This record gives sequence, C-alpha cells and structure tokens, in this order.
Amino acid sequence: MTEVTRQQLTHLQQLETESIHIIREAAAEFDNPVMLYSIGKDSSVMAHLALKAFAPGKPPFPFMHVDTTWKFSEMISFREEFAKKTGVEMIVHTNQKGLKDNVTPFTYGSNEYTSIMKTDGLKQALNKHEFDCAFGGARRDEERSRAKERIFSFRDSQHQWDPKNQRPELWSNYNTRIRKGESVRVFPLSNWTELDVWLYVWRENIEIVPLYLSKKRPVVDRNGTWIMVDDDRFPLREGEVPVEKSIRFRTLGCYPLSGAVESEADTIPEVIQEMLVTTFSERQGRLIDFDEDGSMERKKREGYF
Amino acid sequence: MGSDADLIKSDIKAYLDKYEMKELLRFVAVGSVDDGKSTLIGRLLHDTGMVYEDQLAAVKKASNIEGEEIDFSLLTDGLRAEREQGITIDVAYRFFSTDRRKFIIADTPGHVQYTRNMVTGASTANVGIILIDARLGVLQQSRRHAYIASLLGIPHLMVCVNKMDLVDYRKADFDAIVAEFAEFGKSLSFKDITFLPISALKGDNVVSNSPKTPWYDGPDVLNYLETIEITDDLNNEDFRFPVQSVLRPNLNYRGFCGQIASGSIKVGDTVLTLPSGKQSVVEGIDLLGEPIQKAVCPQSITIKLATEIDTSRGDMFVLPNNTPHVQRVIEAHLVWMSESELDSGKSYLLKHTTQTLREQVDEVSWKKDMDTLEDVPSDTLQLNDIGRVSITCTRGLFVDSYTKNRTTGSFILVDSITNNTVAAGMIIAESDDQDLEQLLKEARAGSALRPKTQVSARERFERLGQRGATIWLTGLPGSGRWALAYALERRLFDEGRTATVVDPTGSSMNGAISACKAATDAGLIAICAYTSFHKDERAKVRETVGSERTLEVFVDTDEALCRERRPNADFTGFERPEHPAVVVDLEDTHLRQATDMVLAALDAADQFKRPTR
Repeated sequence: MTEVTRQQLTHLQQLETESIHIIREAAAEFDNPVMLYSIGKDSSVMAHLALKAFAPGKPPFPFMHVDTTWKFSEMISFREEFAKKTGVEMIVHTNQKGLKDNVTPFTYGSNEYTSIMKTDGLKQALNKHEFDCAFGGARRDEERSRAKERIFSFRDSQHQWDPKNQRPELWSNYNTRIRKGESVRVFPLSNWTELDVWLYVWRENIEIVPLYLSKKRPVVDRNGTWIMVDDDRFPLREGEVPVEKSIRFRTLGCYPLSGAVESEADTIPEVIQEMLVTTFSERQGRLIDFDEDGSMERKKREGYF
Repeated sequence: MGSDADLIKSDIKAYLDKYEMKELLRFVAVGSVDDGKSTLIGRLLHDTGMVYEDQLAAVKKASNIEGEEIDFSLLTDGLRAEREQGITIDVAYRFFSTDRRKFIIADTPGHVQYTRNMVTGASTANVGIILIDARLGVLQQSRRHAYIASLLGIPHLMVCVNKMDLVDYRKADFDAIVAEFAEFGKSLSFKDITFLPISALKGDNVVSNSPKTPWYDGPDVLNYLETIEITDDLNNEDFRFPVQSVLRPNLNYRGFCGQIASGSIKVGDTVLTLPSGKQSVVEGIDLLGEPIQKAVCPQSITIKLATEIDTSRGDMFVLPNNTPHVQRVIEAHLVWMSESELDSGKSYLLKHTTQTLREQVDEVSWKKDMDTLEDVPSDTLQLNDIGRVSITCTRGLFVDSYTKNRTTGSFILVDSITNNTVAAGMIIAESDDQDLEQLLKEARAGSALRPKTQVSARERFERLGQRGATIWLTGLPGSGRWALAYALERRLFDEGRTATVVDPTGSSMNGAISACKAATDAGLIAICAYTSFHKDERAKVRETVGSERTLEVFVDTDEALCRERRPNADFTGFERPEHPAVVVDLEDTHLRQATDMVLAALDAADQFKRPTR
C-alpha cells in the first residue's frame, strides 16, 4: 500500500507554500493581473515568491510601481535594478494631474497628498491597463482593519472595499469571479508577520533597499521625527543645516513622510534584533496613519492599499 | 517567553534559527457576544508580548472604563462598525508566537447571524476554542458552535469555562458544565475535547496555572496550544494533487504546478491523471525552482512527467492504487451564506480544488434546527442554515469525504449573477469503492444535469422585475379588445416592463396558448385577444399557463355598438366570462384608463418586483 510520509513543515515553509498557492491561483484565474511593487521589503518578498512560483519561467504578469516622484532616490535605482536583473515587465505610473497641480508632501497635508498621488494614482493606473487583479504586499498584522481583510479582497468598479460585505473565504478555495470593471486585490502575505518577512529576507538572501540598514545619512528634525534630506527639493528652514546621523528606516515610502530611527543596525539580524526589543509598532514610522484612529480603514474603503 | 527574550538579546541568530523551526498552529475562537472571547485573545496577545506600547496606549485611551483594568477586547476588535456596535462582526486574524509555536488566530463572531463568518474561520483551524460563561452554563449557542466546529472538521476542541472569578472559582460549577458538555460532545466528531476553568479578564489559567483553582491540574490555555499534537491531523496517506496550472517556459520544460492537497509523492512514482486515466512516471519534482526527490502536503511544487500527457488546470494527479471517488452526483453538508435563499431551480457555480463547473442542487434532505440540533425537513436553505443536500454536476468531481480530506472534500458555491460565495460544502463520499474502470467511465461521462432550464423563475424575476403573465382579453367582435391589447403592450413597455402581444395570425387557438405559455415562462407579459367565445377555451388558457399567471380581461363594450362597428361578424354563442379580473367597457372608458385598470390588476396580483427600501 501507499507509503506514509509524515513531515511537519516549519511555519516559514508553510507560509511560503501557501503564498505560492495564492499567487498561482490568481495568475491562473484572472485575465489581466498585475503585481503592485512598492519597492519596500514586503514587496521584495512578494516579488521573490512570484519569481519562485513560476521558476524556471517568469511570472505571467507585469509589475507596477505607482511613483509619486517623492520616493527616495535609492528606491528608484533599486527598482530599475530589480527589473533589469529579473527581466520582469515594470510599469511605472505617476498621477500626471497631481504633478501638474503641484501636489507635494510640502504643499498639501499628508492625507490629501496620499489620497491624490497614491490612491488616485493607483486607481488611474488600474483603470488605464484594465487590470482585474492586483497583488499587494499588505500583511494582516500591520493594522487592525487589515486583520479583517480577505486574501482575495473584492473591489467594486470604483475600487472601493466594503468591509461589512466581504465574501466568505473558506479553506484555500478562493472565489475569483468578478464582472467587467470590478477587480480583486490579492494579498499573498496576509498571514506573514513582520518578523516572518525579515527572517525570510535573511534566509533567502533577498535584496532589499539599503535604506533599511543603518548608515550615516543627512537628516533634519521635524516634530520629533528624523526626516532624511534626500534631494534638493526639501525646503530647509532658514539657517537649517541637515545633520549626519546613523539612521535606518523601518518602512519606506515618500521620503518627506518617512520617519527614520536612529540605529547602528547594519545587518539584517541586527535589524531584527532591534525590532524585537522595540516597543513601538511598525507603522508608527509612517506618518500617514497618525491622523486619526481608524484612518487606515477609511483609506482602504476609498481604494488605498 | 523569558528564554526567547534572553536569546534575542544575546544571540539573535540562534533565536532566528529556533524561530524558523517553530510549527504553525491555527485556531479559531468562538463564543457568544458576552463570553469574553475578544478579552481572552487580547490577553493572549498582551501576555505573550505581542502588543506594542503605542497600541496599548490607543487601547487604554479607548477603553473608556473606570479603574485600572484594560479592555483587552479593544485590541482585537478592529473595525469602526463593530466598535460602534460593541461586537465583533467579521473574522479578524491575529498572530502571536511563543517559544514553541507560531499561532494564527481566527477571531470570529459568535452570534447567530454571523455563522458564516465562524465557518470561514473554522475551515482552516487545527484547534477550536469555545467559551462558556461559568454563570450561564452550556447555552444552546455553545452547542451550535461546537456542532459547526465539528462539522468543519476541526480535530481538537478546547472548551474554556470562562468568568470563573464570578462563581468564586467553584469546582462544582466547572464540573457540572464539563459533565453536560461532555455528554453532548459524544455526538460530535472531535479527536479530543479538553476543558479549562479560566478567567480571561483576570488572567486565570490563560498563560499560567492559577492559584485560584488548586483543584485543576490540567494545562493552561497557552500550554495546551503549545503542546497539542497536530502533525497527524494532516492527511498524509492519500496523494492528491490538483493541477493549478501548466508551466511551459521553454520547449524543454513542461511542469504541472499545484499544492499537494494530501499525501506525498516522490520521483519515480507512477501517477494516474484524472480525468484522462493516463499514467506516467514522475520524472522530476521542483520545489520553487529547486529539484527535490520527495514532496509532502501541503507543499506547493511543480511536477514533471516522463511522458507527454494532455493535462490542464482542473485535472488531478493521484496514485493508481489510491484513488478518490469520481462522482457527478454528490451528497454534501451545505452551510448557506447568502441573504438570498437556496434556489433549487437555478444552477450555481461550484468550485472544487482547481476546477469550477455548473451544478444544480437537486434536493435538500434536511436542515439543522439550530436550536435543537435536530434534522428537520426543508425545501430550501436560508442564510446561516446548515443542511444536507444532493448535488448534480456537469462533470465528474474527484472527491474524498470531508472527514478524510479537508481539501478534496470541500467546495464552495458561487452565484453566477452576483458572483457572491453563497455556500460552503462538505462532501459525504459514497462508501462503496469504484474500480478503476468505473472511475474512469464516470470521469469521462457527460453532464449529469437533466436537460432542463438552468434559469429559475426567481432569477428571471430578479432580472426583469416582473414574474411573467398572460393577459387574455375576451370580448365580442368590435369590442376593441385588440386595440386594448396593443395599447397595453405600448403602455407596459413605456413603464419599463417587458411585454409582447401574441399575434394569432395564422395560428390555431392551441398555438396561441402555447405561445403565451412560452412567453410567460420567459418572464414576459404576453397579451392575447384570440377569439374565445366559450368558457372551455378560456379554461384551457388558465390550465396551460397556470391560473395564477393568467389575467382575464373582459372587454364588455355595449353589444349594440359592437354590432354597429362589425355588422358582418358572427356574434352567436358568446359566453360571458364568469370571474374576469378586469371588466372594462370601451365605450365609456378611455383606452388610457383601461390600461390603468389592467396595470392595477397586475400589480394587485403581485406581478411586479417592489422597489427595495
């Protein structure tokens, strides 16, 4: 009779195998999927999983970055390098209207800026290319409203999420049926924690933007947060001179909105070590969540990732 | 946690080595609204160090309670809507880890209207946790939750008798609940049921043994979760590999992608592919780009076969000496999850592993009375109902009993119009074994659906906003009934309805009636004024179309006027209708008013869909 083999996978292997299943399932069922690529560590892990899922071939979908034009310059060069090395198709979209209207993190509040340059930009790009599925690297441990979101998360034709009316999601049997104009956001990393992501980056030798590791960088103090002066568009106050500090970033986004932490951790295990002894949650460094309690849920309803 | 915390500081790499090897355990926590489930989870997160200072600060701010106690439930209740309602309305997933394991919690609502969310959370769980209020004892709700957990195949059940602090930690109170629940538990199919006396609020027996219950020598909640054996809960015996996609990056590589649903496979094994029945040897297994010799469930792999076999998504690889059942007709437990009830006249989409096909629910054998947990007869299933059904499919499914295989034994039903997931199904596979020949015959057989319409009357009603009817106009020659017929068609069309005059030119009475029936079945409003002087003829219309769908209109225009208009017509033998729905005299009444009257009659007969609030 059949030989019985028992082998309990480690939790990291199990997360990996489930994520691959999710990516393959979405790629098989949707007509025109896209993988959103934010250049952050979660995106890097998701991209790595996508490359693995279809090895020795290439992922059967393009990658897309919604570029606000205010990303760290190191992020942009990393993006170009990633696309070149892997040979994946990389779409870059910028909200041209926002650009024309001079919507910047300095001229608008962080809420409005994010809504125009990120959320609207994303919707424009999804509409333009008629993507019916967009992979995102969000995790459920990031924020309370994310904890409730399905892995295959339905969006109406306005890209809106209805948290009260989500499709039941059972086993690993995903409902991918939509009408024209509607779409599904797929989150392969839903069940990963920040520690899982870091550990996987380390174990798999996944390249990440060097900004995650500590180095001397020019910063200024804004409301008690270190903001890096990444280019000469940063409006310095009169007489202000950036100082060199050993800093790194826990999350990456638009440089004027990303708070740095002072740190000496310049290897991944050291970063993990710092993270584990820290007492603040990850998104604390991301200024856009500060506005009000429950703000992420509101943003997500409007179509934000 | 102590040892981990030290290790993190002294040797982070050693810690990461250890962390990486941890097992993953999924559990679902269910409870009634005030059982303290969210509090228990909040405390587990807090006491395992998973709550960051800023989160805690936000919760303290929001706690809004007097005293020093933190409202731990606020750590888990994420959405605005539920914060406003003060209850958990959807499944929330939480994560924490201890020295031994990493945990994923599905925190699900317990009140009856959200059974579907509990089912969602339970579908992947290794362990179910049910909370019982020590003061209230075993409520019907607890039995219901245990039944659902058992039906969804959760292997291990932990029953937390909570709020022990409110019964002064009395052993007798605990024992009474244990005895009652254990008796009930005999009817369920858990591998084991474990009872714990706890207080989530005070932290008794949650992450450490409580001194308040010296009479209890079992594990605390965390200890239980860390040690319960789960390796054997997977089906390691029966190799099932649903093909997800075919990978063909170049001419030299052809691989079949998928996640092993159960069992294991190694290079050199011979696999049988379904439905083709062809066999081939496994030439290679790639684990995400790396060749390996052997793979186990639930690994996602790519299989290469020695010979070229025409295989695509939806097919399944199995071993020739260990096959699933192949069935076009299946028996299953269904949990109905949609506001619209099960419509046995319509066909749904069924998604089972990687194949999606059409199905029809032929019969509901029974549904569970969720108060008594008894099987009661029913024609349909409504939101949150659980029942046993018989389902016919357009193709053979490769299935195992859900109790043996949670992947090949499960499916979802999707409404093809709304695209919502409307039901979760758990297959009860026939016990008699098929030999390979029978199996392949069934696998290649055509649709088992009876050749009949797959569009139900209710679906047409939803689409058209009208049920469909035949308006049959009777009257003397010259009464103006055809004029009224065409006026009605125009009027209904203008009102956004779908109507048609059945023009009888060249057809017989029977032909006209058949045409009316076909149009009515299609949901249209058929209008016909075929000459029908006799009662028998009109009875035939009602009989064929159905009296509830027939609206008889008597155009009772003055006979003298009719004769004046149609001097050469034959007026003999006209029998006046006895119970027409509408009587209208077109001498006195304007056509517009006449159409008003008919529309009112249709409305009164509940023809049209009411606008929703």
